[in-house]
Amino acid sequence: MTTVSPDLDRRFRDAAARDNLLDVAYDFVDSPIGTLLVAATERGLARIEYDAEPEREVERLARTFGVRVLRSPAPIDETRRELDEYFDGKRRAFDLPLDLTLLADFNRLVLRQLARVPYGEVVTYGELAARAARPRAARAVGTVMNRNPLPIVLPCHRVIGANGKLVGYGGGLERKEALLRLEGALL
Amino acid sequence: MPPFERFYEQHRNEVYAFLVRRLGRDRAEDAFQETFLRALRAYPNLRHTEHLRAWAFTIAGRIVIDEHRRTRPEAELPDLATEDGRPAFAELEHLADQLPPTERAAVVLRYGYELDYADIGAALGSNATAARQAASSGIRRLRKESK
Repeated sequence: MTTVSPDLDRRFRDAAARDNLLDVAYDFVDSPIGTLLVAATERGLARIEYDAEPEREVERLARTFGVRVLRSPAPIDETRRELDEYFDGKRRAFDLPLDLTLLADFNRLVLRQLARVPYGEVVTYGELAARAARPRAARAVGTVMNRNPLPIVLPCHRVIGANGKLVGYGGGLERKEALLRLEGALL
Repeated sequence: MPPFERFYEQHRNEVYAFLVRRLGRDRAEDAFQETFLRALRAYPNLRHTEHLRAWAFTIAGRIVIDEHRRTRPEAELPDLATEDGRPAFAELEHLADQLPPTERAAVVLRYGYELDYADIGAALGSNATAARQAASSGIRRLRKESK
């Protein structure tokens, strides 16, 4: 059977992105805490998923952003580079455009505050709620963290319980611990 | 409507094989890229999702014809009005919308895009014999309706 060569396949995927024909592009990025599925729209980085099942995630991207979903490495290259630098300990802040347009206002507000929590520091859910001008909303903040579409880049791993415990993490507590250890927030 | 990634994964190899048969390997690569870029442009506006495979072959067939015209402008394309005494497709095209989907796809691919029955069979997920039957029963139906 005549099959499409990897080179031709790659050229099509690049051309589709270059011609701005995609609602959302995605690719996989290797990291010390597992393979990440990373997706971006033309507005910016839109998803980072741990342990993604590609079939299901592609369906989900199509429902959320539109049917023109394609695996295409080029739109993800900058994110890949910054994540690599972060995991190498050479980057303390991300400099990427983010697409948060489809999120509820409250989630966006909380995530904007979250983005300001510096590398290597932690805050409690209650403190983050207070910074978002909703001091009683610690539990709701916890839910926003749990549904964070851009873990690592929006550092929900830096949010911990009032008792100093790590409490929870969408990608699993081991990853939260690994990220905080990488940043020197845990010894 | 499946995500485009799924559509592309499912049909890229057979569409590419069709283009290689029709154009040779060198020209097939550009035609392949053009086929799926055109498909990507049109994809969000598709009304039907049942015959995505036939649709992909329809685009590829169109590109093959364009490519032949571009490289051999002096070559005469078969006259659809007289070939085998078949009806002129252009006169019947507007009626084809009313045909059942498989017959419609077979008629359009055969008379609109000049694919051979083996390729149409591949596009429709059947075989050359079934494609020939679908096209001829579609044509019979069109003749009846055009009277």
